[in-house]
Amino acid sequence: MWYLCVFYHRLLDYRKPEFEALADLFGAFDNNNPSSSHSLEWKLPEHHHPDSPFHFVNLPSEDIARNIANRSILVKGVYEIWGEGSSYEELKEAVNSYPDDRKLPYLTSDSTFRLIVDRFGKAISFKDQTALIKGMSYIPFKGKVDLRNPEHKFWLIETDDYESNNGLPPIVDKRVFFGREIGGADRKLLPTYELKSRNYLGPTAMDAEVAFLMANQAQAMPGKLVYDPFVGTGSILVAAAHFGAMTMGADIDIRVVRDGRGPDCNVWSNFKQYGLQMPVSLLRADNNLPPWRPGLKEIFDAIICDPPYGVRAGGRKSGGRKLLKGVVSPYTVPDDKRTGHIPSTAAYSLAECVHDLLDLAAKMLKPNGRLVYFYPVLRDNNDTIDVEFPKHPCFKLIASCEQMLSYRYSRVLLTMVKIGAYTDEIEEIARVRHMEFRENHVKWMEEGNLHAAVFSPEFLGGEDLDGKIGKDPKKKYRGKYV
Amino acid sequence: MRLLTHNMLSSNIKGVINGFPLRIEVEKVIEKQVDFNPDFLKNMFSKIDWKALADASKIMGYAELPEEVPDASVLDSDEFLQKFHHALLELHLEEGALVCPETGRRFPVNKGIPNMLLHEDEV
Repeated sequence: MWYLCVFYHRLLDYRKPEFEALADLFGAFDNNNPSSSHSLEWKLPEHHHPDSPFHFVNLPSEDIARNIANRSILVKGVYEIWGEGSSYEELKEAVNSYPDDRKLPYLTSDSTFRLIVDRFGKAISFKDQTALIKGMSYIPFKGKVDLRNPEHKFWLIETDDYESNNGLPPIVDKRVFFGREIGGADRKLLPTYELKSRNYLGPTAMDAEVAFLMANQAQAMPGKLVYDPFVGTGSILVAAAHFGAMTMGADIDIRVVRDGRGPDCNVWSNFKQYGLQMPVSLLRADNNLPPWRPGLKEIFDAIICDPPYGVRAGGRKSGGRKLLKGVVSPYTVPDDKRTGHIPSTAAYSLAECVHDLLDLAAKMLKPNGRLVYFYPVLRDNNDTIDVEFPKHPCFKLIASCEQMLSYRYSRVLLTMVKIGAYTDEIEEIARVRHMEFRENHVKWMEEGNLHAAVFSPEFLGGEDLDGKIGKDPKKKYRGKYV
Repeated sequence: MRLLTHNMLSSNIKGVINGFPLRIEVEKVIEKQVDFNPDFLKNMFSKIDWKALADASKIMGYAELPEEVPDASVLDSDEFLQKFHHALLELHLEEGALVCPETGRRFPVNKGIPNMLLHEDEV
């Protein structure tokens, strides 16, 4: 059945992938059929731009629609549409011809209901709202009105025939929808989990909204084990734990995972603060040389992380800087100094970090497990991102969602599903590659230096721009907040 | 550190072949209650190295687990699942160390966090 899905008008790239990840989680796809595409059928209302918040989506049942909508972060509402039209007269005709057996069960006298008027892109005065609600009196509402806690919520939604506000191309026709709400996101989560009230924060703690989106992409739920190899203050795992998953995290910085800022300000306290299940495990380990026992594989249901890519925070791995450059030979720690010795670490290039992450995920994820992580991308002048995302024979990339961070770079949330087994052959290729990275440490650090590209005073390819950065070819609405 | 973690870790010092299981040096064990989730336990059961778990739980002062690898049919028994749950998730090594069985290298565990980072001459 077709439903109208209205999204919050933000993080545009994340909307459909989140919806589809949840659709998969709640059984919208036939898992016994390997050729099933695992993507939903979408349709735009007439004359709507793809970035519009209004989309029609085909779902197998109302229960699935409700589950998806209630768990999502970006779905304002999913509605069973009783009628639509380009004017209120057309709407009336459509609602009246909508079959009674779909309408009457929700209009009975023992039910409570509420009618909500909404318009995208413009506020409606209270007076106009009342008039619009009165105008719907041709629907035989028998129930009692309950504004606080109604059983049924009906929505009258207008898309205004705005010009160029909202940044979207103008819509020629005004469109009016009337429908019954099936479900919608619980955005109250966001103020509850917002970072400013979190006890323990690091410089790269993940924003609560994005962390929830990541947990949804990873399909976190009770009974599943979710791992973050760059756990930091645990901001991503908090979201996964909120959805009931067991969590596990590692970090190379022991001050962060073990000590925090005191007994009530550490990774554990971040979970305690929200009454969440504590992580199953926190440990200090190097993603470059993971300490997992040989033979251990396919144990995690999902791996979610924000790898250090050297822009706001750089990664570290075992082995000294000078050692990897070949300037000094390995330092042998004297026996009497072994306890309490602080091993030196070296910078960890993005390419190597991503290689290690994919190798770890290929080995440690269960079949159909999900790897969800951010990947940085430099933007060029033409508002295109033309990059090849990391590939791996065990994985299929199913979603890439861009979030612009600055004029020069974006981060892209990649969701990869494990489709192939981790074979000996793949393991051997990864081992050889690992050695290559070790031997060419210096080269990789220079090539992968995103920090310089993002923060250098001159824009890369500044010739075309001729020093005039004023002409921003990017659509403004994709700026700070979306 | 819970025994689930212990069951997953090994000493990955360069050249070490049998780095698993790490021997546990106990200084302080605490018990923390964890919500019981049979689905999670059933998922984990096949991934666990049973002998390492049974031995480790004994060292931590809990001797209720069978020595031999139990048949998967025990997963229907609530009594077994409760014991498995307790050993796997509720026993914490708060202070102590994990010792590499081959080289004797101590990986310290402080405030419940195992420090698995290698020294320069071990990578």
